[in-house]
Amino acid sequence: MSDEGTEAKENKEPKEPRWVERVAPKNVDWSSLAVIPFLAVFSALVVGAVFIIFTEGLGSVLPAYGALLRGAFGGWNSISETLLVATPLIFAGLAVALGFQAGLFNIGAEGQMTIGGLTAVIVGISFEGLPAVIHLPLALAAGFVGGALWGFIPGVLRAKTGAHEVITTIMLNFIAFRILDYILKQPFTQAEGRFDPISKDVLESARLPRILTWLPVEGVEMLRLNLGFILALAVAWIVYWILFKSTIGFEFRAVGANPDAAKYGGMAVTSAIILVMVLAGGLAGLGGSNETLGVLGRAFPGFTAQIGFDAIALALLGRSHPGGVVLSAILFGALRVGGRAMQVETDVGIDLIIIIQALIIVFVAAPELVRAIYRIKGGEEARQLTRGWST
Amino acid sequence: MRNVTKRFPGVVANDSVDLTIESGEILGLLGENGAGKTTLMNILYGLYSADEGEILVDGAVTKFDDPGDAIAAGIGMVHQHFMLVPVFDVTENVVLGVEPTVGPVGTIDMTEARREVQEISTQYRLEIDPSATVEDLPVGIQQRIEIIKVLFRDAEIIVFDEPTAVLTPQEVEDFFGIINGLKESGKGIIFITHKLGEILEIADRIAVLRRGKVVGEVVPAEATEEQLAEMMVGRPVDLVVEKEDADPGEVVLSVTDLLVRDDRQHTAVDRVSFEVRSGEIVGVAGVQGNGQTELVEALTGLTVPLSGMIHLGGENVTLVSPRFMHRNSVAHVPEDRQRSGLILDFDVAENLVLNSYYDEPYSHGIRMDWDYAHQHADQLIDQYDIRTPSSTVKVSSLSGGNQQKLIVAREFSRDTKLIIASQPTRGIDVGSIEYVHARIVAERDAGAAVLIVSSELDEILALSDRILVMYRGRIVAEVTGGEATATELGLYMAGLST
Amino acid sequence: MTAVAGTADFVRAPAEIRRARILGIVYLLLATVVFLFFAVGTEGDVTFRLGDQPGDLDFTVSAQVLATFTAVVFAFLGGIQLTKGFGAKTNVVLAIAIGLFAFSFLGWAAAGKSLSLIGMLGTTVALAAPIAFGALSGVMCERVGVINIGIEGMLLTGAFTGAVVGTVMSPLFGILGAAIAGGLMALALAVLAIKYRVDQIIAGVVINIFALGLTSFLSSQFLVENASGLNNPGVLGPIRIPLLAEIPVLGRILFDQNIFIYVMYLLVAGMTYGLFKTRWGLQSRAVGEHPKAADTLGINVFRRRYINVFLGGLIAGFGGAYFTLGSVGAFNENMTAGRGFIGLAAMIFGRWHPVGALGAALVFGFADSLQVKLGILDTGIPSEFLLSAPYLVTIIVVAGVVGKARPPAADGQPYIKE
Repeated sequence: MSDEGTEAKENKEPKEPRWVERVAPKNVDWSSLAVIPFLAVFSALVVGAVFIIFTEGLGSVLPAYGALLRGAFGGWNSISETLLVATPLIFAGLAVALGFQAGLFNIGAEGQMTIGGLTAVIVGISFEGLPAVIHLPLALAAGFVGGALWGFIPGVLRAKTGAHEVITTIMLNFIAFRILDYILKQPFTQAEGRFDPISKDVLESARLPRILTWLPVEGVEMLRLNLGFILALAVAWIVYWILFKSTIGFEFRAVGANPDAAKYGGMAVTSAIILVMVLAGGLAGLGGSNETLGVLGRAFPGFTAQIGFDAIALALLGRSHPGGVVLSAILFGALRVGGRAMQVETDVGIDLIIIIQALIIVFVAAPELVRAIYRIKGGEEARQLTRGWST
Repeated sequence: MRNVTKRFPGVVANDSVDLTIESGEILGLLGENGAGKTTLMNILYGLYSADEGEILVDGAVTKFDDPGDAIAAGIGMVHQHFMLVPVFDVTENVVLGVEPTVGPVGTIDMTEARREVQEISTQYRLEIDPSATVEDLPVGIQQRIEIIKVLFRDAEIIVFDEPTAVLTPQEVEDFFGIINGLKESGKGIIFITHKLGEILEIADRIAVLRRGKVVGEVVPAEATEEQLAEMMVGRPVDLVVEKEDADPGEVVLSVTDLLVRDDRQHTAVDRVSFEVRSGEIVGVAGVQGNGQTELVEALTGLTVPLSGMIHLGGENVTLVSPRFMHRNSVAHVPEDRQRSGLILDFDVAENLVLNSYYDEPYSHGIRMDWDYAHQHADQLIDQYDIRTPSSTVKVSSLSGGNQQKLIVAREFSRDTKLIIASQPTRGIDVGSIEYVHARIVAERDAGAAVLIVSSELDEILALSDRILVMYRGRIVAEVTGGEATATELGLYMAGLST
Repeated sequence: MTAVAGTADFVRAPAEIRRARILGIVYLLLATVVFLFFAVGTEGDVTFRLGDQPGDLDFTVSAQVLATFTAVVFAFLGGIQLTKGFGAKTNVVLAIAIGLFAFSFLGWAAAGKSLSLIGMLGTTVALAAPIAFGALSGVMCERVGVINIGIEGMLLTGAFTGAVVGTVMSPLFGILGAAIAGGLMALALAVLAIKYRVDQIIAGVVINIFALGLTSFLSSQFLVENASGLNNPGVLGPIRIPLLAEIPVLGRILFDQNIFIYVMYLLVAGMTYGLFKTRWGLQSRAVGEHPKAADTLGINVFRRRYINVFLGGLIAGFGGAYFTLGSVGAFNENMTAGRGFIGLAAMIFGRWHPVGALGAALVFGFADSLQVKLGILDTGIPSEFLLSAPYLVTIIVVAGVVGKARPPAADGQPYIKE
């Protein structure tokens, strides 16, 4: 009964080429795709300004935001720093975004980064004499595996026992920090002559090489941006391909959108959940490795610097789309780098950045709020991204 | 109700509707799915607010901002989907919102509450245990709780929204007895349904609603089913499905001693055996919740049976996955299209490959071929008359009828050896119903074995060549399609006759 | 996949049964662990002190005997769990088992020494308090169908406000201010979750991030420079309840505590009565189970949700003040360290019931105090692992229990009214 209704097709009036419709579908709601995120960032900065006025007075707003902007983009070094800081954010943001696409809320990127960064360091300080072409990929792979393991645990717990990933990933974050403390105090990893938990330096052959060394900038010895950024862009593209161009991604998204229908469609829901968490953990693990093998060159307590939490905000801002995540990560990188400059140049503390990020989530997650403020009509509803306690 | 209009984005659900109801009268409100009956009643009950028009109670204009106002004005409503809290007991459900309390902190006087519930139960002969937990009670009893709830609030006008949908024909008779009793005690009753026979039997006056407008009022004595159907749909409707006699071939599906448990570990399908042959339609009749859902889930590989065997064309398929069944030409139209048949957030093309995306030509290895999937979707949209602007539209924006056509297209456009269709026409308009029925018959004529599960007795009678009746997980009767009557099946469905 | 040939007669293991089995196997494994590690080769007696002074009320037992006894009990529990199960009592049994395990562990760790049990139990109650407030806040919100992941943030806000207002005005005003600050955070959650229908878990995360950012920002802007004038409220001392505090053992543990603990008792009692005996409770629970049904009966779903979420925020804010006014005496950045999330787990473990929530909080409090105690005993176990104990217990509890406990049916779902 599989009849090919080809003649019906020929009668249709000529359409635009398929790819035009796919790249720019007519039914896309641009207000929710681009306008809302932009207004969300803008509104968050406005509310942030209110905090500055409240603490430092009206006169501090422009200097503070000016310092922020200059610190983030004012010159090659600033841009290099912004992209450098954006790199782990891209990895961690992808880890959270991938979870969202499959209906899972991965708050554990921080812990996954910690474990991934740690396993990468362990490989990175071992194998002296190994050539970089082998050592670096090996260390990165170790980071991926470490993070993947830390994602696997909540994945399995969710799939097999129904334990909600929000609680388990948060708990695993705390446990990861303790494990880091412990391992870094072992003779094998601990830097010689130190009694606090800090690792030996990663061997040169496992370090991410800097890529802008050819660019001469005054006052700076060498721009710090490293290969990790290129790697992050490549990984973002791979995640995009998996999500939207592969059968696996179709399954992930189906499980996220409607697990009952996914099951009806012959998909293995539990293995999809586990696989998503493993991949997400691996991505976050790469983010952690990017730090320990890159700019830091070692591991110490707190090296993840809340990146895993910022990842939640930027995944939401980026609409859980890899492309959106990259752009949001660069924005957040700019906020962090610029925030440092703001703290140094004015008296406004860098913690303001956290407030701004929280506000960005509020505005992105509540599009109706933004629409109400700016009187934009129509558009989509707030989305339910997660599922409640029951499975 | 005078000149009531309600608009939703894109549709006018009610268009200048005028309606009157007197005490001691049963008004039948007839209309097909999506005609605006429920919307109208929700306005009357204060759940929605009308964009235009007014409601008059005893001649005075009243405005209902929420159901509390409607209740205070003496309007009660028994909703199609019962509004009961499953974990509460009967009394808690009845008194909710108007609890008798004692003391400064509003402690509920449960003794008094139970006594009052008991009193109403005795007065209107609505037998009930005031302290039973609602989720343990059968639907017939749950409906009684809903009626007691309304009476507890001294309603003078009671709206029943599709009250018979969940009842067996015998329970419907009991229910008619109850509402006639209410009518005699002076209550005004509004009875909403799309079932022609029932409305002719019970109503004193019938108002017909079509596309949000009242298209006519008739008295049952002067109307026939055909007339009503035409008023309801707006064109002559053929109430019978045209089909030739079946020509059954070899056995396609054979089920032996199948035992399935539901999520709560209760036996849902109790050692059921039957066969379906190619070229025949077998209908499974029964009140919802008698194991049909679990039977279909087991047959399609969605649940694993506890024991028993399922054979497909001679091969043991008891433990296989949904994917295996799909690959072996089994089509499945699921019971609840929005819950499990479709992903509303996905577009038409994605939904059309929901259960075949893993095979050529839709994917090569793990690479999806979306270009092909969209071409394929365009074909099916033409071929199955799915009304959608394009294949890139989210299915959530399609009407119920078109969503169902999409599922039918997805399932029937492949090779079909066996079709399992659960509630294939639930909640869709008459035009789509006719279309789906015609497609099913066409598939049968082309040699497919068809198993239809439906709680609509009319649908079962119209389509089936053979009818199985399920009651409490067992098949209690098997009758030949042309020879069965609704009354006979009703007795089996209620477990009164075996 | 090929079809399975032959007979299909088999018994499947559904999730429920599988979970019960896993728990049973865990009991058996623990029995083995306890026997092999704590019993075999352990020598010496352990003395648990129940009185204030050594020798007051001592209870001495051989550590080996204690461990063997525990192993036998665990084996027994495992046996029952694997055969007929404990039904509704599973959580209670699990809680008792965790306690027993902890005891034999303590016995092993302190073999040959003596241990002030009364001090430890007192610490347990104290450490359980913030967790219990978090859990009660969760119960308040989730009973009306609003998931509150923002408890952590509300605790933190309460801690900060308690410290600042407590220093500037007085500790009592500090408590009041903390409660109100928590309530305001909850109102933000309520507006996002109820009015704007933001995914409730995300809304809660926002509250957490915002609270962390706000308190850290204000703390670094003001508190660091002027600690004595803004962040020096002092700690509220214990209040001895006459008579009740004289009860041996229990009196010392339960009735010689600060005001937070007494409010906790009152809150548990009040919420239990309120939720299950009053009109407010019935309507609240109806809103959490089936908001549409409540709406059709004229109950204002939105108002009910707003009010209860706000009350939940007051409770969490009050509980937050415990960190600064009840134990530490000053605010530190991110000082709640995940207690709010543990409170959430306690709420689930306690099956959304105030008494259950308190019980679960005590289990977590005990795990916490155990870690403090073992740190002092110097058992050779790295402190990092001990510090992980409460988090591990949380994961085990959530994994073992969540599938069985039934949350309010409408938990986490925004209510949409046309």
